[in-house]
Amino acid sequence: MDTRRGVILVNLVRLIEESQMRKDIPDFGPGDQVRVYFKVVEGGRERTQAFDGVVIRRQRGGVRETFTVRRVSYGVGVERTFPLHSPRIERIEVLRRGRVRRAKLFYLRGLSGKSARIAEKKK
Amino acid sequence: MKAILGKKLGMTQIFDEEGKLVPVTVIEAGPCTVVDVRTPEKHGYAGVQLGFGFVKEQKVSKPLRGYFKKKGLSPLKYLREFRLEEGENLEVGQQIKVDVFKSGDYVDVTGTSIGKGFAGGVKRWNFKRGPMAHGSKYHRGPGSLQSRDAARVFPGRKMPGHLGDERVTVKKLRVVSVDPEKNLLLVHGAVPGTRGSLVMIREASR
Repeated sequence: MDTRRGVILVNLVRLIEESQMRKDIPDFGPGDQVRVYFKVVEGGRERTQAFDGVVIRRQRGGVRETFTVRRVSYGVGVERTFPLHSPRIERIEVLRRGRVRRAKLFYLRGLSGKSARIAEKKK
Repeated sequence: MKAILGKKLGMTQIFDEEGKLVPVTVIEAGPCTVVDVRTPEKHGYAGVQLGFGFVKEQKVSKPLRGYFKKKGLSPLKYLREFRLEEGENLEVGQQIKVDVFKSGDYVDVTGTSIGKGFAGGVKRWNFKRGPMAHGSKYHRGPGSLQSRDAARVFPGRKMPGHLGDERVTVKKLRVVSVDPEKNLLLVHGAVPGTRGSLVMIREASR
Protein backbone atom coordinates (compact mmCIF):
# COMPACT_ATOMS: atom_id res chain seq x y z
CA MET A 1 0.00 0.00 0.00
CA ASP A 2 2.70 2.41 1.00
CA THR A 3 4.93 1.64 -1.95
CA ARG A 4 2.05 2.00 -4.37
CA ARG A 5 1.23 5.38 -2.95
CA GLY A 6 4.88 6.39 -3.27
CA VAL A 7 4.86 5.64 -6.98
CA ILE A 8 1.87 7.87 -7.60
CA LEU A 9 3.45 10.67 -5.60
CA VAL A 10 6.67 10.64 -7.57
CA ASN A 11 4.91 10.39 -10.90
CA LEU A 12 2.95 13.61 -10.56
CA VAL A 13 6.05 15.55 -9.62
CA ARG A 14 7.88 13.89 -12.50
CA LEU A 15 5.14 14.97 -14.87
CA ILE A 16 5.60 18.59 -13.93
CA GLU A 17 9.34 18.27 -14.29
CA GLU A 18 9.08 16.66 -17.70
CA SER A 19 6.76 19.36 -18.99
CA GLN A 20 9.52 21.84 -18.20
CA MET A 21 12.24 19.95 -20.00
CA ARG A 22 13.57 20.92 -23.40
CA LYS A 23 13.64 18.45 -26.22
CA ASP A 24 15.90 20.47 -28.53
CA ILE A 25 19.15 19.92 -26.70
CA PRO A 26 21.90 18.28 -28.74
CA ASP A 27 23.72 15.27 -27.45
CA PHE A 28 26.97 16.35 -25.81
CA GLY A 29 29.13 15.25 -22.95
CA PRO A 30 32.29 15.98 -21.00
CA GLY A 31 35.29 16.75 -23.19
CA ASP A 32 33.21 18.27 -25.98
CA GLN A 33 33.90 21.77 -27.20
CA VAL A 34 30.61 23.69 -27.20
CA ARG A 35 29.27 27.16 -27.84
CA VAL A 36 26.36 28.21 -25.64
CA TYR A 37 24.11 31.02 -26.84
CA PHE A 38 22.77 32.49 -23.63
CA LYS A 39 20.22 35.28 -23.43
CA VAL A 40 21.18 38.00 -20.98
CA VAL A 41 19.12 40.99 -19.92
CA GLU A 42 21.15 44.17 -19.78
CA GLY A 43 19.42 47.36 -18.71
CA GLY A 44 16.01 46.07 -19.77
CA ARG A 45 17.34 44.98 -23.15
CA GLU A 46 17.82 41.39 -24.12
CA ARG A 47 20.73 40.13 -26.16
CA THR A 48 22.43 36.87 -26.84
CA GLN A 49 25.85 36.11 -25.52
CA ALA A 50 27.95 33.21 -26.71
CA PHE A 51 30.21 31.28 -24.41
CA ASP A 52 32.76 28.85 -25.84
CA GLY A 53 34.57 26.17 -23.98
CA VAL A 54 35.04 22.60 -22.94
CA VAL A 55 32.29 20.80 -21.04
CA ILE A 56 33.87 19.63 -17.84
CA ARG A 57 30.83 18.26 -16.07
CA ARG A 58 27.22 17.34 -16.43
CA GLN A 59 25.15 16.96 -13.30
CA ARG A 60 22.13 14.88 -14.14
CA GLY A 61 18.80 15.31 -12.39
CA GLY A 62 15.82 15.81 -14.66
CA VAL A 63 14.91 19.49 -15.01
CA ARG A 64 17.60 20.32 -12.50
CA GLU A 65 20.38 19.08 -14.77
CA THR A 66 23.29 21.49 -15.14
CA PHE A 67 26.51 21.51 -17.11
CA THR A 68 29.73 23.43 -16.66
CA VAL A 69 31.75 24.93 -19.48
CA ARG A 70 35.39 25.91 -18.98
CA ARG A 71 37.51 28.18 -21.10
CA VAL A 72 40.74 30.05 -20.62
CA SER A 73 40.44 33.69 -21.62
CA TYR A 74 43.38 36.10 -21.33
CA GLY A 75 45.21 33.55 -19.23
CA VAL A 76 42.42 33.27 -16.68
CA GLY A 77 40.33 30.15 -16.36
CA VAL A 78 36.59 30.91 -16.55
CA GLU A 79 33.90 28.39 -15.74
CA ARG A 80 30.21 28.89 -16.20
CA THR A 81 27.50 26.56 -15.04
CA PHE A 82 24.22 26.60 -16.94
CA PRO A 83 20.92 24.92 -16.10
CA LEU A 84 20.55 22.62 -19.10
CA HIS A 85 16.80 23.14 -19.50
CA SER A 86 16.85 26.89 -18.97
CA PRO A 87 14.71 28.83 -21.47
CA ARG A 88 17.47 31.44 -21.37
CA ILE A 89 19.66 29.15 -23.42
CA GLU A 90 18.92 29.93 -27.02
CA ARG A 91 20.86 27.01 -28.40
CA ILE A 92 23.91 24.90 -27.84
CA GLU A 93 26.34 24.21 -30.64
CA VAL A 94 28.72 21.28 -30.46
CA LEU A 95 31.96 22.38 -32.12
CA ARG A 96 34.13 19.35 -31.53
CA ARG A 97 33.81 16.03 -29.81
CA GLY A 98 36.56 15.17 -27.39
CA ARG A 99 37.82 11.80 -26.34
CA VAL A 100 38.09 11.65 -22.55
CA ARG A 101 38.18 8.82 -20.09
CA ARG A 102 36.28 10.29 -17.20
CA ALA A 103 32.94 11.98 -16.56
CA LYS A 104 34.20 15.01 -14.65
CA LEU A 105 37.22 16.81 -16.07
CA PHE A 106 38.28 18.78 -13.02
CA TYR A 107 41.88 17.78 -13.67
CA LEU A 108 41.91 20.36 -16.48
CA ARG A 109 41.96 23.12 -13.88
CA GLY A 110 45.49 22.24 -12.92
CA LEU A 111 46.74 22.04 -16.49
CA SER A 112 47.60 24.62 -19.07
CA GLY A 113 49.00 24.86 -22.57
CA LYS A 114 49.78 21.64 -24.38
CA SER A 115 48.76 19.31 -21.57
CA ALA A 116 45.29 20.84 -21.36
CA ARG A 117 44.42 19.71 -24.89
CA ILE A 118 41.79 17.07 -25.49
CA ALA A 119 42.09 14.63 -28.36
CA GLU A 120 39.27 14.59 -30.89
CA LYS A 121 36.98 11.61 -30.84
CA LYS A 122 37.38 9.27 -33.80
CA LYS A 123 34.27 8.55 -35.75
CA MET B 1 -13.73 31.46 0.87
CA LYS B 2 -10.19 30.80 -0.14
CA ALA B 3 -9.12 27.66 1.67
CA ILE B 4 -8.53 24.08 0.70
CA LEU B 5 -7.08 20.82 1.95
CA GLY B 6 -4.33 19.05 0.08
CA LYS B 7 -1.64 16.44 0.07
CA LYS B 8 2.01 17.38 -0.23
CA LEU B 9 3.48 15.50 -3.17
CA GLY B 10 7.07 16.70 -3.08
CA MET B 11 9.37 19.43 -4.25
CA THR B 12 10.99 20.33 -7.55
CA GLN B 13 12.11 23.36 -9.49
CA ILE B 14 10.51 25.07 -12.45
CA PHE B 15 11.44 27.95 -14.72
CA ASP B 16 9.36 31.12 -14.50
CA GLU B 17 8.54 33.52 -17.36
CA GLU B 18 11.90 35.24 -16.99
CA GLY B 19 13.71 31.92 -17.19
CA LYS B 20 14.65 31.93 -13.53
CA LEU B 21 14.64 28.69 -11.59
CA VAL B 22 12.02 28.72 -8.85
CA PRO B 23 11.84 26.11 -6.07
CA VAL B 24 8.29 24.83 -5.69
CA THR B 25 6.30 22.41 -3.57
CA VAL B 26 3.74 20.39 -5.48
CA ILE B 27 0.47 19.95 -3.61
CA GLU B 28 -2.46 17.89 -4.73
CA ALA B 29 -5.21 20.21 -3.50
CA GLY B 30 -8.80 19.15 -3.38
CA PRO B 31 -11.40 18.61 -4.55
CA CYS B 32 -12.85 19.15 -1.10
CA THR B 33 -16.43 18.64 -0.07
CA VAL B 34 -18.25 20.86 2.37
CA VAL B 35 -19.31 18.42 5.07
CA ASP B 36 -20.78 20.77 7.64
CA VAL B 37 -21.53 24.45 8.05
CA ARG B 38 -21.06 26.32 11.31
CA THR B 39 -23.38 29.26 11.81
CA PRO B 40 -23.18 32.14 14.29
CA GLU B 41 -26.71 31.36 15.48
CA LYS B 42 -25.97 27.75 16.29
CA HIS B 43 -22.22 27.61 16.97
CA GLY B 44 -21.31 31.20 17.74
CA TYR B 45 -19.10 31.64 14.68
CA ALA B 46 -19.21 31.22 10.92
CA GLY B 47 -17.18 28.34 9.61
CA VAL B 48 -17.14 25.36 7.40
CA GLN B 49 -15.96 21.79 7.75
CA LEU B 50 -14.18 20.47 4.69
CA GLY B 51 -13.53 16.85 3.86
CA PHE B 52 -10.78 15.62 1.57
CA GLY B 53 -9.32 12.38 0.31
CA PHE B 54 -10.63 9.01 -0.72
CA VAL B 55 -11.04 6.35 1.95
CA LYS B 56 -12.60 2.90 1.83
CA GLU B 57 -15.85 2.73 3.69
CA GLN B 58 -14.75 -0.16 5.92
CA LYS B 59 -11.74 1.89 7.07
CA VAL B 60 -14.01 4.50 8.65
CA SER B 61 -15.28 4.02 12.19
CA LYS B 62 -18.98 3.30 12.53
CA PRO B 63 -19.86 6.58 14.23
CA LEU B 64 -18.10 8.53 11.48
CA ARG B 65 -19.78 6.43 8.82
CA GLY B 66 -23.13 7.40 10.35
CA TYR B 67 -22.09 11.04 10.35
CA PHE B 68 -21.34 10.99 6.63
CA LYS B 69 -24.51 9.02 5.93
CA LYS B 70 -26.62 11.63 7.63
CA LYS B 71 -25.09 14.25 5.34
CA GLY B 72 -25.66 12.03 2.31
CA LEU B 73 -21.92 11.95 1.47
CA SER B 74 -19.44 9.17 0.96
CA PRO B 75 -16.74 9.02 3.66
CA LEU B 76 -13.67 11.21 3.36
CA LYS B 77 -10.25 10.66 4.83
CA TYR B 78 -9.63 14.02 6.44
CA LEU B 79 -11.95 16.55 8.05
CA ARG B 80 -10.78 20.05 8.91
CA GLU B 81 -12.52 23.28 9.82
CA PHE B 82 -12.04 26.73 8.37
CA ARG B 83 -13.50 30.04 9.42
CA LEU B 84 -15.73 31.88 7.01
CA GLU B 85 -15.89 35.58 6.57
CA GLU B 86 -19.15 37.35 7.19
CA GLY B 87 -21.76 37.10 4.51
CA GLU B 88 -20.26 34.03 2.92
CA ASN B 89 -22.53 31.13 2.27
CA LEU B 90 -21.63 27.55 1.50
CA GLU B 91 -23.84 24.52 1.45
CA VAL B 92 -23.25 20.97 2.54
CA GLY B 93 -22.12 18.85 -0.39
CA GLN B 94 -20.64 21.78 -2.28
CA GLN B 95 -17.28 21.12 -3.95
CA ILE B 96 -14.23 23.30 -3.50
CA LYS B 97 -11.48 22.98 -6.08
CA VAL B 98 -8.00 24.42 -6.58
CA ASP B 99 -9.32 27.10 -8.89
CA VAL B 100 -10.19 29.22 -5.84
CA PHE B 101 -6.51 30.14 -6.06
CA LYS B 102 -4.71 31.61 -9.03
CA SER B 103 -1.03 32.09 -9.70
CA GLY B 104 0.33 35.17 -7.99
CA ASP B 105 -1.85 34.76 -4.90
CA TYR B 106 -0.24 34.51 -1.50
CA VAL B 107 -1.19 31.67 0.81
CA ASP B 108 -0.50 30.38 4.31
CA VAL B 109 0.17 26.66 4.45
CA THR B 110 -0.31 24.62 7.62
CA GLY B 111 1.01 21.12 8.09
CA THR B 112 2.64 18.75 10.54
CA SER B 113 6.42 19.05 10.55
CA ILE B 114 8.65 16.02 10.12
CA GLY B 115 9.25 14.34 13.49
CA LYS B 116 12.87 14.37 14.63
CA GLY B 117 12.37 12.43 17.89
CA PHE B 118 14.30 13.35 21.02
CA ALA B 119 16.80 15.94 19.83
CA GLY B 120 19.67 17.62 21.62
CA GLY B 121 20.26 21.34 21.99
CA VAL B 122 22.46 21.62 18.91
CA LYS B 123 19.75 20.40 16.54
CA ARG B 124 16.75 21.73 18.43
CA TRP B 125 17.90 25.21 19.42
CA ASN B 126 20.94 25.78 17.20
CA PHE B 127 23.35 25.68 20.14
CA LYS B 128 27.01 25.90 19.21
CA ARG B 129 28.87 22.68 19.52
CA GLY B 130 32.22 22.25 21.24
CA PRO B 131 35.42 21.09 19.55
CA MET B 132 35.15 17.44 18.54
CA ALA B 133 38.87 16.66 18.97
CA HIS B 134 42.17 18.05 20.26
CA GLY B 135 41.52 16.70 23.74
CA SER B 136 38.13 18.35 24.06
CA LYS B 137 35.73 16.41 26.23
CA TYR B 138 32.79 18.73 25.55
CA HIS B 139 31.14 17.90 22.22
CA ARG B 140 27.42 18.58 21.81
CA GLY B 141 26.27 19.24 25.35
CA PRO B 142 23.92 22.03 26.43
CA GLY B 143 26.57 23.97 28.41
CA SER B 144 25.66 25.97 31.45
CA LEU B 145 21.99 26.16 32.42
CA GLN B 146 22.09 29.28 34.57
CA SER B 147 24.37 31.39 36.75
CA ARG B 148 25.47 30.08 40.11
CA ASP B 149 23.81 32.97 41.94
CA ALA B 150 20.40 32.08 40.56
CA ALA B 151 20.69 28.67 42.20
CA ARG B 152 17.81 27.38 40.12
CA VAL B 153 16.92 26.87 36.46
CA PHE B 154 14.52 29.44 35.13
CA PRO B 155 11.43 28.17 33.33
CA GLY B 156 11.71 28.24 29.56
CA ARG B 157 15.38 27.20 29.53
CA LYS B 158 16.15 25.68 26.14
CA MET B 159 16.92 22.02 26.68
CA PRO B 160 16.98 18.76 24.72
CA GLY B 161 13.60 17.23 24.05
CA HIS B 162 11.11 16.26 21.40
CA LEU B 163 11.49 18.08 18.09
CA GLY B 164 9.18 18.17 15.11
CA ASP B 165 5.86 16.42 14.51
CA GLU B 166 3.97 19.54 15.47
CA ARG B 167 1.62 21.91 13.70
CA VAL B 168 3.55 24.49 11.71
CA THR B 169 2.22 27.30 9.54
CA VAL B 170 4.34 28.88 6.84
CA LYS B 171 2.99 32.27 5.93
CA LYS B 172 2.84 34.20 2.72
CA LEU B 173 3.99 31.71 0.12
CA ARG B 174 3.41 32.67 -3.48
CA VAL B 175 1.26 30.47 -5.67
CA VAL B 176 3.39 29.78 -8.72
CA SER B 177 0.82 27.93 -10.77
CA VAL B 178 -2.49 26.13 -10.57
CA ASP B 179 -3.61 23.13 -12.59
CA PRO B 180 -7.37 22.70 -12.09
CA GLU B 181 -7.44 19.63 -14.31
CA LYS B 182 -5.00 17.61 -12.21
CA ASN B 183 -5.93 19.42 -8.97
CA LEU B 184 -2.34 20.57 -8.55
CA LEU B 185 -1.11 23.63 -6.74
CA LEU B 186 2.50 24.79 -7.04
CA VAL B 187 3.67 26.90 -4.14
CA HIS B 188 6.95 28.79 -3.97
CA GLY B 189 9.31 27.34 -1.38
CA ALA B 190 9.01 24.66 1.26
CA VAL B 191 5.95 23.48 3.13
CA PRO B 192 5.89 21.58 6.46
CA GLY B 193 5.58 17.81 6.53
CA THR B 194 6.60 14.71 4.69
CA ARG B 195 5.51 13.75 1.23
CA GLY B 196 1.97 12.46 1.36
CA SER B 197 1.04 14.42 4.48
CA LEU B 198 -2.04 16.60 4.82
CA VAL B 199 -1.67 20.34 4.40
CA MET B 200 -4.20 23.13 4.88
CA ILE B 201 -3.97 26.02 2.47
CA ARG B 202 -5.53 29.37 3.23
CA GLU B 203 -5.40 32.80 1.73
CA ALA B 204 -2.52 34.71 3.33
CA SER B 205 -3.60 36.49 6.49
CA ARG B 206 -1.61 39.56 5.52
